[in-house]
Amino acid sequence: MSGLIQSSIARKVAMALSGLFLVFFLLQHFSINFISLFSPDLFNEISHFMGTNPVVQFLLQPILIFAVIFHFVMGFVLEIKNNKARVVKYAKYNGGANASWMSRNMILSGLVVLAFLGLHFYDFWVPEIVYKYVETNPELPTRYYEELVHKFESPVRTGLYVLSFVFLTLHLWHGFASSFQSVGFNNKFSIAATKFAKVFAIAIPLGFVIVAVVHHLNH
Amino acid sequence: MKLTLKIWRQSDAKAKGNIVDYNVTGIEGDMSFLEMLDVLNEQLIAKGDDPVVFDHDCREGICGACSLQINGEPHGPDRLVTTCQLHMRKFKDGDTIYIEPFRAKAFPVVKDLMIDRSAFDRIQHAGGYISVNTSGNTIDANAIPVNKDDADDAFAAATCIGCGACVAACKNASAMLFTSAKVSQYALLPQGQVEATDRVLAMVNQMDDEGFGNCTNTGACEIECPKGISLENIARMNREYLSASLVTK
Amino acid sequence: MSILDSKIPEGPLVDKWTKHKNTINLVNPANKRNIDIIVVGTGLAGGSAAATLAELGYNVKTFCYQDSPRRAHSIAAQGGINAAKNYQGDGDSDYRLFYDTVKGGDYRSREANVYRLAEVSANIIDQCVAQGVPFAREYGGLLDNRSFGGVLVSRTFYAKGQTGQQLLLGAYSAMNRQINRGKIQAFNRHEMLDLVKVDGKARGIIARDLVTGEIERHSAHAVVLASGGYGNVFFLSTNAMGSNVMAAWRAHRRGAFFANPCYTQIHPTCIPVSGEHQSKLTLMSESLRNDGRIWVPKRKEDAVAIREGKLKATELTEEQRDYYLERRYPAFGNLVPRDVASRAAKERCDAGFGVNKTGEAVYLDFAAAIQRYGKEKALTSGIENPTAAQVLQLGEEVIENKYGNLFQMYEKIVDENPYKSPMMIYPAVHYTMGGLWVDYNLQTTIPGCYAAGEANFSDHGANRLGASALMQGLADGYFVLPYTIGDYLSKDIRTGKIPTDTPEFDQAEKETRARIEKLMNGAGTHSVDYYHKKLGKIMWDKCGMSRNEKGLKEAIKEISQLREDFWKNVKVPGTANSLNQELEKAGRVADFLELGELFAKDALDRRESCGGHFREESVELTGEQKGEALRDDENFKYVSAWEYKGEPKDAQLHKEELTFDNIELKTRSYK
Repeated sequence: MSGLIQSSIARKVAMALSGLFLVFFLLQHFSINFISLFSPDLFNEISHFMGTNPVVQFLLQPILIFAVIFHFVMGFVLEIKNNKARVVKYAKYNGGANASWMSRNMILSGLVVLAFLGLHFYDFWVPEIVYKYVETNPELPTRYYEELVHKFESPVRTGLYVLSFVFLTLHLWHGFASSFQSVGFNNKFSIAATKFAKVFAIAIPLGFVIVAVVHHLNH
Repeated sequence: MKLTLKIWRQSDAKAKGNIVDYNVTGIEGDMSFLEMLDVLNEQLIAKGDDPVVFDHDCREGICGACSLQINGEPHGPDRLVTTCQLHMRKFKDGDTIYIEPFRAKAFPVVKDLMIDRSAFDRIQHAGGYISVNTSGNTIDANAIPVNKDDADDAFAAATCIGCGACVAACKNASAMLFTSAKVSQYALLPQGQVEATDRVLAMVNQMDDEGFGNCTNTGACEIECPKGISLENIARMNREYLSASLVTK
Repeated sequence: MSILDSKIPEGPLVDKWTKHKNTINLVNPANKRNIDIIVVGTGLAGGSAAATLAELGYNVKTFCYQDSPRRAHSIAAQGGINAAKNYQGDGDSDYRLFYDTVKGGDYRSREANVYRLAEVSANIIDQCVAQGVPFAREYGGLLDNRSFGGVLVSRTFYAKGQTGQQLLLGAYSAMNRQINRGKIQAFNRHEMLDLVKVDGKARGIIARDLVTGEIERHSAHAVVLASGGYGNVFFLSTNAMGSNVMAAWRAHRRGAFFANPCYTQIHPTCIPVSGEHQSKLTLMSESLRNDGRIWVPKRKEDAVAIREGKLKATELTEEQRDYYLERRYPAFGNLVPRDVASRAAKERCDAGFGVNKTGEAVYLDFAAAIQRYGKEKALTSGIENPTAAQVLQLGEEVIENKYGNLFQMYEKIVDENPYKSPMMIYPAVHYTMGGLWVDYNLQTTIPGCYAAGEANFSDHGANRLGASALMQGLADGYFVLPYTIGDYLSKDIRTGKIPTDTPEFDQAEKETRARIEKLMNGAGTHSVDYYHKKLGKIMWDKCGMSRNEKGLKEAIKEISQLREDFWKNVKVPGTANSLNQELEKAGRVADFLELGELFAKDALDRRESCGGHFREESVELTGEQKGEALRDDENFKYVSAWEYKGEPKDAQLHKEELTFDNIELKTRSYK
């Protein structure tokens, strides 16, 4: 059992599972954001639910935070370990010949996404926590849509968001499909699963971008 | 053909190596890459220099002794061949070719382009076998039918020549393709079932101990493998390992 | 009475082995752990012997020059392994396998040894399958067989074109298990440089650590040599670059007789030499001859035009082609045995009809087979009146299914599409039937020194059947040697550990160091390869596919001169006490330069044509077989075993007369 925590394969599987969890979260997050495009009321309603439901707040939110932290900490740990596995580097290394740029630069795309997460937390999560738990303001079920729209007024911020989502696509392009392989799923359905993952990798970030850009242009 | 070669020279395991430039002439397209190096070595010997050391033996692509990172790719730019079967017609007159040893912490350089791949052997020692004595009274070979697809898949995994190109190609110097090929061969056959749990745990633990990197599914190993060993084997090993970890005491 | 005692057990042929096993001495398990055995070479014979001996409880040390036991050249065997399993129900039996092997060997092998080989062949398959060797299977899940080498039954087990690889990895896995148990200590990148004898018995070896250059002493109660064949004496062969005769030759110099050195198998279907730079030859499975037709142009001008690149093979009409095997051997055609096909190709090329730029190649043409298969396939697929293009496509598909990997390999090496223009092939040295003389127990003439696999001479006579090399290596290693060696070791249970600080080891190490010193201090005119290539040329021209007295005498003289020149003028760069691949090669070539001469001497002595040995003086002069090989059973029905007496020219011949009680001697006919 101890091997399950320390072994390379266990870590790889843990990366895959935390990644899959985040993919699922992404889908959920996108669905809510997408609603903001056509129904501010429904958006407010769902946001209010997410922001006040104790299960979401005190169970799911910590799990999510743990998953995010775990995924990136483990990503760093593995990156460092992997770097150590080749002490002397090649004078000439033609990585493009046998592997995609995305697969070789997960740490880079991951870092950009992480930086974005920082910005995102600064924009939404921190004010939200302060609003609710530090200043203990009374809950205003209709405030969410306004806050959202307000954030996308700045072209710089919107631009940063768009750029980050491009990197998210790059990250997901390899990461999502590869998580199937990591958990040992490689069979006749794999081609279809991979295609789905690649479509997802483009569609979801693109959706986020559309939401951001539409709000920016509308206001 | 006239070529410029940039070759890693390192006098022994402890020495600090560096890339040295050489020019070779009179190279023909029909020569194999190693025959091109033979030409260089004849030149060096004639001059009284130390010839370039590299591993090679069968020169027909099956023993797995030859290696070489050629222009940044294990076994060079061609696919499904080892360096000994790479022909110079894949290069052009005037080309510059980088020739380096396969790089991994677990594959230390012995001299020049020769590396120590005994880490692979130790992974095999750890569990790459079925415990059966040579009695001459084992059960008849046809007593256990094996599904043809499984037999074919086991064979495909077993064709690994242990050259180390998978490790060399991998940006993480991971040995997952090699290890999984061996685990798969036995996992797919009924004969291998009895020890399957212990085998995968022992082999993966040894692999980790040797200092190979982690698999990040870039797929480079599969592309560069001269025998076309499939990534499916890695997925299979992941499954085997997970279930083994959960059931062992 | 010869001084050679083959120790063949009494009794009927079929009972000899069983009876022998029942009566020889055994070593009890508690004593086995006090006994050390050295195994040199880790191919099929050495790897399987090491694993089995370790299983039994002996302490085994293995030595191989490669970086891992798994890389031994057994790995390159393609076709398959014979076994008298009779899974196909086509009438196969131990006797038939025995009969085919003796006949294929042109009646120059020992009946008792061959019968034992046939007897244990079935066990090999059981053992390998139990180890997880993935042999080819039929859809029902049972093992598949194919027929091989023109025999009348399907008894060849195979794993695509990589049977040797799979069997070797099987033996290596058995070794792994023993390494893991601590019963085998593997010394990789080590080369045996001498055999050490104490009181006349083999008690150890001197080895060089190829990485550090260190000279080491290793002692044991017995030494097993499984170091393979000596085909590289020809420089160009299908052997691995490192394959060498050193271990066997060192033992020979210490008193082991060398048997039948002139018996060499030259394989007809290899990829031709493309130029001076060639370092090694690549074999293509013999199975290609099942569908390919072999030809050269009928007219010399056409051959010349093809060599100069002015004419293409496909431009010649049927009338302009000479299908010489079909012409000369109408009954067997393109499927004549290896030696016959090889000589016929050489004959045409020597006469000036060769087709590649070196003039040493013949065509192996699949066009007819593609047409035939294409039409058959069209018929079975229900295509009426297929177009020429359809037939071609269907036919090529059939051929691809059968030989795809070989065609791909050919294209990679030659850069020509063999579906569109005929393949070019030429014979190449492939296997050596000769080797260290051994008795029925596989013991050489040095007590305690055993030889197994290609390194011994015992089972193939003058010519080896296809798919029998793997069988013999594994039979020796898994099922013969581990038993017979016990008989010898049973007398050693009280000996205790063999010390290495004795005068015998001192002396052997001193001699080894002196030899290395001498190699390092050549005048430095020519590289080792220069000499090796020269030796190879003499061997190929004068001791190759056909031999005559004049040529052999010249060869003896030339080789001895070359050897002298070598020791004076060889150039070995670097130092002796570090990794030095040129020094390794130099030591090997030095031994080839001695073996080559003995080879020629043996060929000169054998004034008959048998199997792979063809003497131009010994041919049928009249009748249907005119011009074909003529065996001389009256005068040459013996094994030549050569005793070392200093220079190869002084080697003393001992004859082991062969008796055939269970088989009638016949002339091979393929007309």
